[in-house]
Amino acid sequence: MTIHPMISALRRHKAGVILIVLQISLTLAIVCNSVFIIGSRIERIGRPTGLAESDLFLVTQQWVGGGAADGPDALQRLDTMQREDLSTLRSVPEVDSATPINSLPLLNSAAWNGGVALTPDQRKPNAQASFYFVDESVVPTLGIRLIAGRTFNAGEIDHKALGDTNTPSAIIVSNELAGRLFPGGNALGQRVYLDGGAAPATIVGIMERLQTPGTSEFSTRFAYSSLLVPSRMNSTFSRYAIRAKAGQLDAAMHAASSALYKSNPQRVIADDGIQSYASVREQAYRADLGMAMLMGGISLILLGVTAAGVFGLTSFWVDQRERQIGIRRALGATRRNILGHFQLENLLIVGSGATTGIILAVGLNMLLISRYEMARLPVTDVLVGVVLVVLLSQVSTFIPARRAARVEPASAIRAT
Amino acid sequence: MFSYYTELALLSFRRSPGLTALMVLAIAFGVAASMTTFSVYRAVSGDPMPWKSGRIFVPQVDTWGPTERDKDGEPRSSLDYATAVALTRAHRGTAQAPMYKISPAVQAEAAASHPVNIDGHAVGSEFFPMLDVPFLYGAGWTLQDDERRANVIVISQRLNGKLFQGRNSVGQSLLVAGRSYRIVGVVGHWDPQPRFFDVVNTGGFTTTREDAFLPFNTAIAAGIETTGNTGCSKTPTESGIAGLTRSNCVWISYLVQLDDERSVAAYMAYLDGYARQLRDSGAVTWEPNNRLRDIPAWLDARHVVPADTGASLLVALGLLVVCLVNTSGLLLAKFLRRSGEIGVRRALGAPRHAIYAQFLTEAGMIGLAGGVLGIALTGVGVACVHWLLPVDIAQLARIDPSLLLLTLGLALGSTLVAGLYPTFRAALVQPTWQLKSQ
Repeated sequence: MTIHPMISALRRHKAGVILIVLQISLTLAIVCNSVFIIGSRIERIGRPTGLAESDLFLVTQQWVGGGAADGPDALQRLDTMQREDLSTLRSVPEVDSATPINSLPLLNSAAWNGGVALTPDQRKPNAQASFYFVDESVVPTLGIRLIAGRTFNAGEIDHKALGDTNTPSAIIVSNELAGRLFPGGNALGQRVYLDGGAAPATIVGIMERLQTPGTSEFSTRFAYSSLLVPSRMNSTFSRYAIRAKAGQLDAAMHAASSALYKSNPQRVIADDGIQSYASVREQAYRADLGMAMLMGGISLILLGVTAAGVFGLTSFWVDQRERQIGIRRALGATRRNILGHFQLENLLIVGSGATTGIILAVGLNMLLISRYEMARLPVTDVLVGVVLVVLLSQVSTFIPARRAARVEPASAIRAT
Repeated sequence: MFSYYTELALLSFRRSPGLTALMVLAIAFGVAASMTTFSVYRAVSGDPMPWKSGRIFVPQVDTWGPTERDKDGEPRSSLDYATAVALTRAHRGTAQAPMYKISPAVQAEAAASHPVNIDGHAVGSEFFPMLDVPFLYGAGWTLQDDERRANVIVISQRLNGKLFQGRNSVGQSLLVAGRSYRIVGVVGHWDPQPRFFDVVNTGGFTTTREDAFLPFNTAIAAGIETTGNTGCSKTPTESGIAGLTRSNCVWISYLVQLDDERSVAAYMAYLDGYARQLRDSGAVTWEPNNRLRDIPAWLDARHVVPADTGASLLVALGLLVVCLVNTSGLLLAKFLRRSGEIGVRRALGAPRHAIYAQFLTEAGMIGLAGGVLGIALTGVGVACVHWLLPVDIAQLARIDPSLLLLTLGLALGSTLVAGLYPTFRAALVQPTWQLKSQ
């Protein structure tokens, strides 16, 4: 079969061809970018936090009516209350373990982002990291995996007022941070300096992975650079990460709240003060999931509309050319030839649509980059888009093309 | 004539119901997707105070120096305590107020009720008149109260309902973080979005309510901690709010009202003068690097409109364009299939513009049908948005009469545009040629 008669046939339907080419190229441009957006959001949502997330929950509470919050007396009083809370929580039968903590991965609040330096009093830190203020129960509670060194022992835990200078003697760092500070891989046992301070902290352990609390663009730059400081933060607020015994999450969340109120009723736990880690995760990624689904929905509608358009116009052409088809059949063309003609014709149109579509896709991507800070579209996503659009239009051509193939040779001599 | 064209159009729809349904569906989906994303976009790009936002300014003073600036040389978006106090003392604007976010526990003094946690702000007295805060009962406090560190409080209608069952509570007392405050005013419903006075903490949108306002100086004297973002280039030497006031940490938002261009220029000159004085005194070593933006410019600079919202609107508009191209193609097929009919009408004396009128009527009817279905689908879309997007943004997307009208108008207008070329082609049909070929 030659291409020539096909092209001369298409010349007679310039407007229809141009409209389909335009539609295909726009569809391709949008679908490529949507697929890319969906893919990058799903990748983001799928990032591991480094925590054992099931059975983990978080309690945020505030003591009230305790008098002044400043001064050494207040500090001691707040710390006593915090330790009482911890022992209350640890004695709840459904609770496995608990640690005080300022924030958790993906919580997007109360992050303490600081600098880590290799020399004392260094103005510009060697690496930026999120600090978690915890006690000796942190490793089992969060379900962190240590790949080197040890966890904190009870003697290393101190306490300080929220916002005071960090001078721990021992810290545990994430593998990512260890690599940034000591590319040679000899981080364990080294001394580093936190927040431009003069007192050294020894790296006693290295965690496989622990994500930072922030999920914004700013925090993503150091998404896995985190470290643990063995210290209880004293403030009128306190926060505890708690691991329930396997499968008893709901019961533990319930029991924790009533146990805390029972031990000291002078406190407020807000409605969202007790959160399972699953809900922390859901909130953190809600926007990403929403965007992915929105883009998915728009792409589906788009592909549907385009398929319908190709179907509609091809049907019209088949109707219009019924007589010509009859003549070709009468001259010896097989049904297969006719089917092939329409499928190939469609491939030609969609092929040229796809070519302009790739250019449009890159253009749209550049617009999104310049206005909405998106990343560059990878070639694979463009190819996925092309394959999708070509397959779809071939399928939607098939029904009218099959109808064309059924045209009887006799219709050539019948009047229209 | 119009009713005749309508009849002809209905006849044509009956003849090819599948094709007609395809076009109506395409228009409806295209319009609905655009309108759904637009309803979100409109909500987040709105002006929270259109009557006054051009006269309210956010000053930024660079007290941290070149090493701590953003990529584009932008200084911090909040002020340190010393700068906030200096600006308030100088009192160069029509009105000005420093503010910081607080989340204390409050308790009604009279009844032995359980304490509740609330969100609010510690603000200067001019905050209320400057932002036209509506009062249900009472009013804000005075400049004298600011200076005297009076124990007064303004609460929201919601908190008033919770603690006082909605009665006029002005004159009653409240315990805030253990201290007693006298209620001087109750704010009526007030929930500006974007939350322009607290962009630093909310990023622009929030579901938390402003339930209490305390005088700025009083809150600091009482040691009520800030629960907003605090940025420190050096760790404060003392803890608590006292440490913050003696540090160069930035944690205070600031608004100033400037009524004309002259006073804006004068205020900018004052800020530069203040910064130069800091440098001359040896406190800092760099040249002044200040900013003074009105509310719309400030919201823009802080990128309050989420990137996702803009991108999805763009993509949805692309979808609408595809739907129109699609409709155009299908209309072309539909109209040209009726070349014979057109030939007969033309031969019987119908002028070209009659053909235009006939086919544009048909296109318009498809557009209207698409619009009506589009409204229903927009309803579904907005419901999905509420379910999908973060609550702080989704709550703002709503359907109102103007959105409905816009949906219908967009559907009708765009279908007519899509119908122009097919109609033009239909009007070109030569009567003689058509009749001969039959």
